[in-house]
Amino acid sequence: MNNIHVTTTVNGDAVEFLCDPRETLLDVLRDRLTLTGAKEGCGTGDCGACSVLLDGRLVSSCLVLGAEAEGKSIETVEGMANGEVLHPLQRKLIEHAALQCGICSPGILIAAKALLKKNPDPTESEVRFWLAGNLCRCTGYDKIIRAIQDAAAEMRGAA
Amino acid sequence: MQYLTPTSFKDASALAAGAKGTSRFLAGGTDVLVQMRADIFTPDILIDLKHIPGVADITQEADGSWTTGVAVPGAVLREHQALGRDWPGLVEAVDLIGSTQVQGRATMVGNLCNASPAADAVPAMIAAGVEVSIIGPGGTRREKVENIATGPGQTSLAKGELITAVHIPARGTNGGDAYLRFIPRTEMDIAVVGCGINLRLDGNTITEARVALGAVAPTALLVKEAARAIIGTSLDEEALVALSAASIAACNPIDDKRGTIKFRKHIAGVLARRVALEAYARAGGTS
Ligand SMILES: Cc1cc2nc3c(=O)[nH]c(=O)nc-3n(C[C@@H](O)[C@@H](O)[C@H](O)COP(=O)(O)OP(=O)(O)OC[C@H]3O[C@@H](n4cnc5c(N)ncnc54)[C@H](O)[C@@H]3O)c2cc1C
Ligand code: FES
Ligand code: FES
Repeated sequence: MNNIHVTTTVNGDAVEFLCDPRETLLDVLRDRLTLTGAKEGCGTGDCGACSVLLDGRLVSSCLVLGAEAEGKSIETVEGMANGEVLHPLQRKLIEHAALQCGICSPGILIAAKALLKKNPDPTESEVRFWLAGNLCRCTGYDKIIRAIQDAAAEMRGAA
Repeated sequence: MQYLTPTSFKDASALAAGAKGTSRFLAGGTDVLVQMRADIFTPDILIDLKHIPGVADITQEADGSWTTGVAVPGAVLREHQALGRDWPGLVEAVDLIGSTQVQGRATMVGNLCNASPAADAVPAMIAAGVEVSIIGPGGTRREKVENIATGPGQTSLAKGELITAVHIPARGTNGGDAYLRFIPRTEMDIAVVGCGINLRLDGNTITEARVALGAVAPTALLVKEAARAIIGTSLDEEALVALSAASIAACNPIDDKRGTIKFRKHIAGVLARRVALEAYARAGGTS
């Protein structure tokens, strides 16, 4: 087998894995590193359920090869909470009941985290445009948008 | 499939030229990986270009022109304020590609080389007069963007040839560009028609213009008759009517689920007018 040896960083931890050249970063995270937060909704870049940060940049991990992670830094939803303490975005998502099945939530959380880093005070339409690639079949989006804006307000106050 | 990471364009070219089976280059992977995943196409060798020095750079040359690397993703292009001031239409066209996640990866060069007739970056690149450097087994050459795609999924690049850099002209004075597309919703869809226009003024008179249309023919089109319709005018109503008519006449679209031939032609005429007005305003004209 021509498996590739990859060294990378996931949520701050040094990680090594072997993968087939065709394997995506999403496959690697879920099946080799048992980080099952990122979900596969489509596998073709359309739904955003597999969103992660790659060197700080929001990407769909289904459109990145595992081999491309060499030397990079990856952040997934598993790295958002601080021990038992949820990230404000996670807490607000629950408070606003902004999830039902929860399949989209890890991707929404990572995408929202990237947005608030770039823009701590986004308007509703800025949130909606940023999340255009994060599909949710359950909530109708309104509660998600409100949860993110509420978390943003809290994070601005806390800073 | 073999995954390779050459550290020079020469090596990348040699790997593709010497490939026994099929090969693909990997920039952002937003076409390559989708095609692999959907079982449309998996190459025998995949040549990742992102380990070649300079591929992520955006540089302004002494003459005011811009050189961008072949692996600059849309999100990085969008964040470059000086480039965005010079070429807002081009940057907005790239920015229309996909979602925030897709923007984190997708490149202009991949959009061009995938050769979809509906690729958003391509009409804006053609309008701006963008050229690309190419390396191959026969040496290097420079080519205009309108000469790259030859049909859906087909390019004029020979086996072993690849693009090494993108050259965007100096903006110069009194110039402006714009790009608009029609899609049935506001985000995340494929252009039914796209139109890019770049022009230059002397006072209120257009002295230079380039008009390009996407998704209305097997490749994006540079429509010289449409440019001629507005050169020498101050973009008055008569010029706009002539521009629309020339744009419609250049269309050779297909009927599909996104739009009929009749609809696509009509929209090409409407978009050409709107895009011209935007480019004209950006160039500082008052009509
Ligand atoms: C969810 C989603 C939405 C999208 N929406 C849009 C949209 O709205 N508008 C639009 O236009 N496109 C859209 N696309 C497609 C768009 O993302 C791609 O066309 C992208 O621009 C390709 O760039 P890339 O860097 O990802 O290319 P890759 O996938 O890496 O490569 C694409 C092709 O280019 C070739 N190639 C790459 N670099 C070179 C080089 N230097 N020299 C020679 N050949 C090269 C490769 O061999 C391959 O054939 C969408 C894609 C997805 C997944
Ligand atoms: S699984 Fe990656 S975008 Fe849907
Ligand atoms: S909560 Fe079910 S998809 Fe969003």
